[in-house]
Amino acid sequence: MSTKVEFKYSELFVQALIDSFKKLHPRDQIKNPVMFVVWVGSIWTTLFLFGAGQCNLFNVQICLWLWFTCLFANFAEAMAEGRGKAHADELRKMRTKTMARKLVGGQEVSVSSSELKINDRVVCVAGDLIPADGEIVEGIATVDESAITGESAPVIRESGGDRSAVTGGTKVTSDRIVIRVTAEEGNSFLDRMISMIEGARRQKTPNEIALNIVLVSLTVLFIIVVFTLPPFAHYNEAAAGQKDVVLTSAPVLLALIVCLIPTTIGGLLSAIGIAGIDRLMRRNVLATSGRAVEAAGDVDVLLLDKTGTITLGNRMATDFLPAPGIKIEDLAAAAQLASLADETPEGRSIVVLAKEKYGLRERELKAPLATFVPFTAQTRMSGVDLAAMDGQPAREIRKGADASVRAWVEGQAGLYLKEVVDAVEKISRSGGTPLVVAEGPIVLGVIQLKDVVKGGIKERFAQLRKMGVRTVMITGDNPLTAAAIAAEAGVDDFIAQATPEDKLGRIRQEQEGGKLIAMIGDGTNDAPALAQADVGVAMNTGTQAAREAGNMLDLDSNPTKLIEVVEIGKQLLMTRGALTTFSIANDVSKYFAILPAMFGLLYATTAGGHGPLDKLNVMYLHSPQSAILSAVIFNALIIVALIPLALRGVKYRPLGAAVILRQNMLIYGVGGIIMPFIFIKLIDVLLVAVHLAP
Amino acid sequence: MNTNEILQIVLFFGLGIALTPLLGRFMFKVFTGEKTFLHPVLLPIEKLVYKLTGINPGEEMSWVKYLWAGVIMTTVGFASLMVLLMTQKWLPYNPQGLDNLSWHLAFNTAWSFTCNADWQSYTGETTMSYFSQTLGLSVHQFLSGAGGIAVLVAIGRALKRASVKTIGNFWVDLTRGTLYLVIPLSVLWAIPLMWQGVPQTWQPYVTANLVEPYTAQVPKVDDKGNPVTTSVPKTDDKGQPVKGADGKPVMVDQPVMVDQKVETQLIPIGPVASFESCKQIFTNGGGWYGVNSAHPLENPTPLSDFWEMLAIIVVPMAQVYMFGLLIGNKKHAWCLFAVMLALYVGSFGVAWWAESQPNPVVHNISPLLEGKEQRFGVMNSVLWGVSCTAIDNGSVNSMHDSWMPLAGLMPMWNILIGEIMFGGVGCGVYCMLFHVLIAVFLAGLMIGRTPEYLGKKLGAWEATWAVIGVLGPNAACLIPAAFSCVLPAGLSSLTNAGPHGFSEILYAFGEAANNNGSAFAGLNANVPWYDVTLGLAIIIGRFAPIAAALAIAGRMAAKKTVEASPGTLPLYGWTFGLTLTGVIIIVAALTFFPALCLGPIVEHGLMLSGRVF
Repeated sequence: MSTKVEFKYSELFVQALIDSFKKLHPRDQIKNPVMFVVWVGSIWTTLFLFGAGQCNLFNVQICLWLWFTCLFANFAEAMAEGRGKAHADELRKMRTKTMARKLVGGQEVSVSSSELKINDRVVCVAGDLIPADGEIVEGIATVDESAITGESAPVIRESGGDRSAVTGGTKVTSDRIVIRVTAEEGNSFLDRMISMIEGARRQKTPNEIALNIVLVSLTVLFIIVVFTLPPFAHYNEAAAGQKDVVLTSAPVLLALIVCLIPTTIGGLLSAIGIAGIDRLMRRNVLATSGRAVEAAGDVDVLLLDKTGTITLGNRMATDFLPAPGIKIEDLAAAAQLASLADETPEGRSIVVLAKEKYGLRERELKAPLATFVPFTAQTRMSGVDLAAMDGQPAREIRKGADASVRAWVEGQAGLYLKEVVDAVEKISRSGGTPLVVAEGPIVLGVIQLKDVVKGGIKERFAQLRKMGVRTVMITGDNPLTAAAIAAEAGVDDFIAQATPEDKLGRIRQEQEGGKLIAMIGDGTNDAPALAQADVGVAMNTGTQAAREAGNMLDLDSNPTKLIEVVEIGKQLLMTRGALTTFSIANDVSKYFAILPAMFGLLYATTAGGHGPLDKLNVMYLHSPQSAILSAVIFNALIIVALIPLALRGVKYRPLGAAVILRQNMLIYGVGGIIMPFIFIKLIDVLLVAVHLAP
Repeated sequence: MNTNEILQIVLFFGLGIALTPLLGRFMFKVFTGEKTFLHPVLLPIEKLVYKLTGINPGEEMSWVKYLWAGVIMTTVGFASLMVLLMTQKWLPYNPQGLDNLSWHLAFNTAWSFTCNADWQSYTGETTMSYFSQTLGLSVHQFLSGAGGIAVLVAIGRALKRASVKTIGNFWVDLTRGTLYLVIPLSVLWAIPLMWQGVPQTWQPYVTANLVEPYTAQVPKVDDKGNPVTTSVPKTDDKGQPVKGADGKPVMVDQPVMVDQKVETQLIPIGPVASFESCKQIFTNGGGWYGVNSAHPLENPTPLSDFWEMLAIIVVPMAQVYMFGLLIGNKKHAWCLFAVMLALYVGSFGVAWWAESQPNPVVHNISPLLEGKEQRFGVMNSVLWGVSCTAIDNGSVNSMHDSWMPLAGLMPMWNILIGEIMFGGVGCGVYCMLFHVLIAVFLAGLMIGRTPEYLGKKLGAWEATWAVIGVLGPNAACLIPAAFSCVLPAGLSSLTNAGPHGFSEILYAFGEAANNNGSAFAGLNANVPWYDVTLGLAIIIGRFAPIAAALAIAGRMAAKKTVEASPGTLPLYGWTFGLTLTGVIIIVAALTFFPALCLGPIVEHGLMLSGRVF
């Protein structure tokens, strides 16, 4: 839905504005200690205004800008929350009650969806809304899941296998299926999605907590620095024999505190976290927690299924290798005959290759002249039996795995030639899959099937390697084939003939070494590995077990997405680091604005003249009032100015750690020191021009 | 700046750097129990120590236990030293019959020496008996130095460990540090000092006849020893008599002065050389004499000056290398070394430049020698002053308070920054570690990973303790300094007015909170207010970082180690070095810039316009 539903930005904006005022409640403020200090400072200055009766233009402006600082931070958070809220609301609307056809003793009974219990069976036909989450136990159907995924093309769901799960609220568009209910109301997938969207942003992640500690300590440090300043200043005032020349009124001190404490990052921290989850959501990935997003940025090893992620997914016939004494055309013809009834992509590709290379047209073969032998797990062969016709003898053609065809041929006292064995090995070694074709006891040759590696994937893996992420390919292929594809795709490692236990074992082994693992999976047998992985992305098409085991859910069921998930995680962390650095670097300029304003008259030799510390006014700000105001205004406005960056995230480029650090340090560290000097000066000029400050 | 000075500087830093890998490897071997050339002699003694004290050298401690051992050692040391100082009159080896110390001076001194700060609110030769100096103070100079290194060793060891709950045995580390390092190095360094004329004797002070007797004016006292005063009219700044409300001149008491002919001088001596070498090598800095290494018997010649200055840097420099060996990452250690050296040399450069500037207040005379020793000159005074503050030593060979304001700013800056430019034995590196962790925290995030240090993930625990390690000393400096600026008890001890007086207060609390022990001079600190508050600041400055460092070590040892990958933050190279330097400077500058503005910086501005106080 996230791709489909157009958010109305004006509505989001208005809602965020309203929320930023609602969030002034102490209950919300106390959650963010840095902003809480600003909030307390705002109240203090307000009380000071009325209590001390010093309601002059300067004090009123300081007070207003302190409140604005609070509001801006609230606004940032509200903006980030808005999109998720809207998403959850949309999903909630879908949770309407529908009527279900419950099967009771073979009879359909109409009941409300809310009355369904686990293991109830319900029937859905074309046009029905599926009443509850469940598993198809009978039939096959196309289902429109656009309500959840945003993808308009219907998907096929069928009983048995890994595509049996259906989601309540989606619509059956063809055929009839019987569903076993797996979740009761309130516990459904939609409910889970809603709670994921809403709950993920409630808890602070470990890194957020750690960063918060650093920010809070800086805040405490600056409070100490500012509150010890009046005694130091008054000591000097007395030593200079002056009176009331240092500005240490409550609004000035509070303004200094607010300028120094890391309000920029403090105000944007929760927005950054929420925005990270939101960016995932816009790519149709739901995270159960912010922690999972954070872990994604940290991932050291990606476990990727070969099929669909690294290769296009289907093996294609690319060559025919005839046995000695057999014409290549005969092999192609036999292979085509054996594959005519084979509707798998591999089978189709053999027919197409024979047609394209040797001009062999597809022939219509019908029973009883031809009997097709389907592939079974026991025989691991398929083929065709042709009855004798047109003066030709009966034929039995088989194609299949090396070992099975060999057994079949040798069972008929045929010879399995060394050349064939060599060809098989050659294909295997090059990463292909050999299919041996035999007619009766005679081996005709070998078909080469090859996995086609996705374009650009090698470069992607090279980038990941630069980021320090290793990729491990998981495949059911034999080690030879796996090694060849691994080399072609540029993965770092592979697990051949992988069983679910192998995956789990590998994850545990890597975690023992302190590594963080991400994997994506769909089948029931993936569930343990998904649960064990630090980032387990379940595919939406997957089984219920897999969907519950992961800590992320990919609604598009696109395995390549894992790479994007890692990038979003990294972006989230980088944004945090960059804004923290920026926030601290900003303080340098604020000292040069506020300290000369506070102490510029100290040790002046003439009345109204400047003392030595006025030299610190390197920006030549107009007056003490305009200097302090400019710093406070800059400090408040920078929060608003950085909201887009917080929501969008710092740009991520897959480069080495040192290069990224150097670039970001230059932009946010050095830039963070220089930039405010310019803007504080500009604000100062503006304030004086409109007579808001002397 | 002349060739001679440049040569001395190059020789000084060159020797320090050259000795670093040699001594560093030796220290590494000592603490990991590997055989060294000293083992044939000292191993039996080490074993005997364990036997006599009942220490089981195989026993491993958790970080809490390790910390407790350190706390117990320091507290017991404090209590016994305080008792000793308050009863020295009745104890042996007191040929001058010096009196017992007041409770507050004993409190201050006992904490100061057991915590490796060696701040002295007293003048050694007129306060401390030989017994107090040697068995009291010197013993703690040894132990506190070894204790600091022990903590560093525990951290280095912990960082190398993985999935282990313990970080080593404090008593073993302490024993090894004392036996193989502290005692041999102290002996080695004392011999050339004795050759240069530093006394090493238990004889009483000697009386010398002056070549040129002189007459001094001294306050007249009556029979009971009370000063005699007379009443005179009070005058204002311009010398005009001040009149009271009734029109009559206001009268004030003034001491009556009498002439006294001085023909002899009492020269304090004692076992100075042995005291001196340990004071210098293990970043203690508490001198035998009140004026510390400016005293002609504590530091008689330019050669002894060079030797003592070299003593300041050798162990602190070598400990960085030892740390690198302990964590198994020498590149990182050299990067830390380079950052420390850059800050150190930079600080020296600024101070030397500022001290070579003409001072308009004293008619631009050059060189400025007030408060300095003629035999050392400007460069060696500045180099010493910068070294002993960069390196938590705190000894002086000139009076920092006499330096130009901006030159005086540099020792203050070195102290306030946390003494991490090699820093104190042990604490220099583990205090640096807090800054490293903060830098890694920011830099780690910026490369898109949750921060990790040497393969260990940094979480809330590490962040908390790292900031406690930084925040503790900073708070312990600023808060009592603020009170001292307000309370009469604080203000009455100042001997200088204006921003200079404030600098004295800030310096005193800065050095206490960072366990430096050097003095800006000019502050009369032996009053209950300063003795107690400085003592407390010393405790916080010692134990906040130690507790933080050990807490981090404990958690680090328990964590798994992740191998480095191209995605991990490299802990060496320009990028990391500059990031770390930036973090150190910005954190310290943001904390202390306002205070420094009101001290040396404003004083500099005033001096340029010819105003003094």
